[in-house]
Amino acid sequence: MNVLDNFFLIALPYIALAVFLVGSIYRYTYKGFQLSSLSSQFLEGRRLFYGSVPFHWGVLFLFTGHLIALLFPRGVLAWNSQPVRLMILEITAFIFGISMLIGLVNLLIRRYTTPRLKTVTNRMDLVIYILLITQTFVGLWIAYNFRWGSSWFSSLLTPYLYSIFTLQPDTAAVVLLPWTVKLHIILAFTIVGLIPFSRLIHFLVPPINYIWRPYQQVKWYWDRRKVRSPRTPWTLQRPKNN
Amino acid sequence: MDVRSQVSMVFHLDKCIGCHTCSIACKNIWTDRKGAEYMWWNNVETKPGTGYPTKWEDQSIYRGGWQKENGKVTLKGAGKRRGLTNIFYNPNLPVIDDYYEPFTYKYLDLIESPEGDDQPTARPVSLITGEPIDIKMGPNWDDDLSGTPDYARNDPNFKNMSEAEQEVMFQLEKMAFFYLPRICNHCLNPACVASCPSGAIYKRGEDGVVLINQEVCRAWRMCVTACPYKKSYYNWHTGKSEKCILCFPRIEAGLAPACMHSCVGRIRYLGVLLYDASKIEDVVHDDEKNLINRHLDIILDPFDEKVIRAAKMNGVADSTIHAAQNSPVYKYVKEWKLALPLHAEFRTLPMLFYVPPLLPVMATLKQVDNTEQSEKMNPIAKYWDDNWLYDTSTAELWGTLDQVRFPLKYLASMLSAGNEDMIKDKWKKLMAVRIHRRRVTVGDISNEKADEVLKEAGLTAEQAEGVFYLTALAKFEDRFVIPPAHREQAIEMMDFTGDAKGEIGFGIKSKVRRGI
Repeated sequence: MNVLDNFFLIALPYIALAVFLVGSIYRYTYKGFQLSSLSSQFLEGRRLFYGSVPFHWGVLFLFTGHLIALLFPRGVLAWNSQPVRLMILEITAFIFGISMLIGLVNLLIRRYTTPRLKTVTNRMDLVIYILLITQTFVGLWIAYNFRWGSSWFSSLLTPYLYSIFTLQPDTAAVVLLPWTVKLHIILAFTIVGLIPFSRLIHFLVPPINYIWRPYQQVKWYWDRRKVRSPRTPWTLQRPKNN
Repeated sequence: MDVRSQVSMVFHLDKCIGCHTCSIACKNIWTDRKGAEYMWWNNVETKPGTGYPTKWEDQSIYRGGWQKENGKVTLKGAGKRRGLTNIFYNPNLPVIDDYYEPFTYKYLDLIESPEGDDQPTARPVSLITGEPIDIKMGPNWDDDLSGTPDYARNDPNFKNMSEAEQEVMFQLEKMAFFYLPRICNHCLNPACVASCPSGAIYKRGEDGVVLINQEVCRAWRMCVTACPYKKSYYNWHTGKSEKCILCFPRIEAGLAPACMHSCVGRIRYLGVLLYDASKIEDVVHDDEKNLINRHLDIILDPFDEKVIRAAKMNGVADSTIHAAQNSPVYKYVKEWKLALPLHAEFRTLPMLFYVPPLLPVMATLKQVDNTEQSEKMNPIAKYWDDNWLYDTSTAELWGTLDQVRFPLKYLASMLSAGNEDMIKDKWKKLMAVRIHRRRVTVGDISNEKADEVLKEAGLTAEQAEGVFYLTALAKFEDRFVIPPAHREQAIEMMDFTGDAKGEIGFGIKSKVRRGI
């Protein structure tokens, strides 16, 4: 048991994080062409709405929630100090979790019942669907059975994750948790490790820059004013290929 | 004054014979790849007709282009707020069925079928699923009106026409139509560039070609929605958007783009225009009725000393200025004022201009009794069994302009944002050139009459000769005045496009492995 715990709660996270870091940086640097999800809305544009929208908003909320609990555990505990606020947080998160699960199931059904989508589907897509659905379901199960997750995450799991990130892994508290929670952790790290090999990579390249860039973009191969100046030796002006 | 140069185009619709050679030339070079089969960067539509994709002009469906609301010009179906909130699902994205499902035929069945009682057939199969399909649509399904009312009568340009006016069109629909070849307009205010969340689309500074960087494109598909001309296409196999690149590797090498080079009717002209980029924003915000005139105003006179000086300050090469001075596009658009942009009301300031067609307009359609003539013919000879006479020998030409067979409103809604006088003005000029040439070659028109007609149209005899030359006689070098690219080093950095053919978008050598 101890060996298994050590493997899944210490070795696996490090493997996953290492693969994630190296793989993502490699793919970002050398495989710009692959750095996106393959949208299938063009081939099937109606049922996608009922899958993509609930899933994405759900996962966006829940991911941010987990991130906040990781970064500001004291803040979350302070917020939860009043039962009303705790209830609001837990119920909202649970609703988003259900939304995510419904979205995922809709996406899975849509992908495997639309003949046109077969050609743009690969095995990794299925792996990701199964992992995400299981993970969401386990997450909802935990939220329902072991209340209140937002509080004990901040006091139990945040220290564990910190210990991982600071390279001093401490699993003393985590090994005592129910196996469903351990499964949630294991699946989470597995998904992280799969990011560079799957369509999940697209979450690393959200179009944030669009918010503040000007609408129109003009690119020049040369500095157009400098290139005409007699003082500029033109051989120094290497063309800048976007 | 911020002078920039733009490689722009004029399509002379009177000369287009609708042969689709341009489309085939383009397809063979750029879009015969998986995922791109349905794309026609160049396509030819029959007007009136629904076009490709179906009813692309109807922005209440596709939400493309810009709109002016309370003095602010925003993207209709994309933009920062609409684009980012709809990023998980784009409600205005056309799907494959709005274009057509690409298909091929199982030709092998013809020779490999086992012996049997039936003749083997080559069934159509979808290029997406590989399964047999019933072909429902193609890229030019409305060609020559196709003999059915499904296409012509659903033309979005009819929406502002009264019932009676539409009826006139429908009576004529068997005879009066023209072709509209379309490529990317390489706009001055491109909606696709503005809508791209990842910033993959840009306008090239040196010649104004609008391009999509395939390495930066992240498949958000907003450009497909935003382009009101639907000239940005989503490649469902690679998950990247692609569009007409104005054959920039050819232009840089001094060659005309493939569609223009192969044009049988020689309707296409390509040349440089100098324009004042600092005024673009101002023009875009103007009222709809001023849009075209303001758009043409920012195109500068390449002979003006001030313009030349400002152009040089801005790094425009001497050879480019020289090309601008010889540009056939400048002559059509500014000197003779014969060409208009397509659907200026989308506010993208397209840099592809069209000379409105005169031919479907000027003839009259009369009902005549043909029985006497038919009886004289050999009974097995083919003869016209309808009783319509298509008469082009109209005696008084100006008179017909007000009562043309082809409602002015229709062309006005396409080419002049609803301004009928603008179309009439072009038609007068086109007719004046014909009358002038008839005086020269046939001589049955008096000098007074021809001069009067020219004066009324606002052309001099020399200008009319110029229009005639460039329309009817122009050689290759007259039609395509391509400035040297001065990018000798840059082009060396491009990968050889032939290497990547059949794999992914042009210019990238790596083998296609889609975004998994």
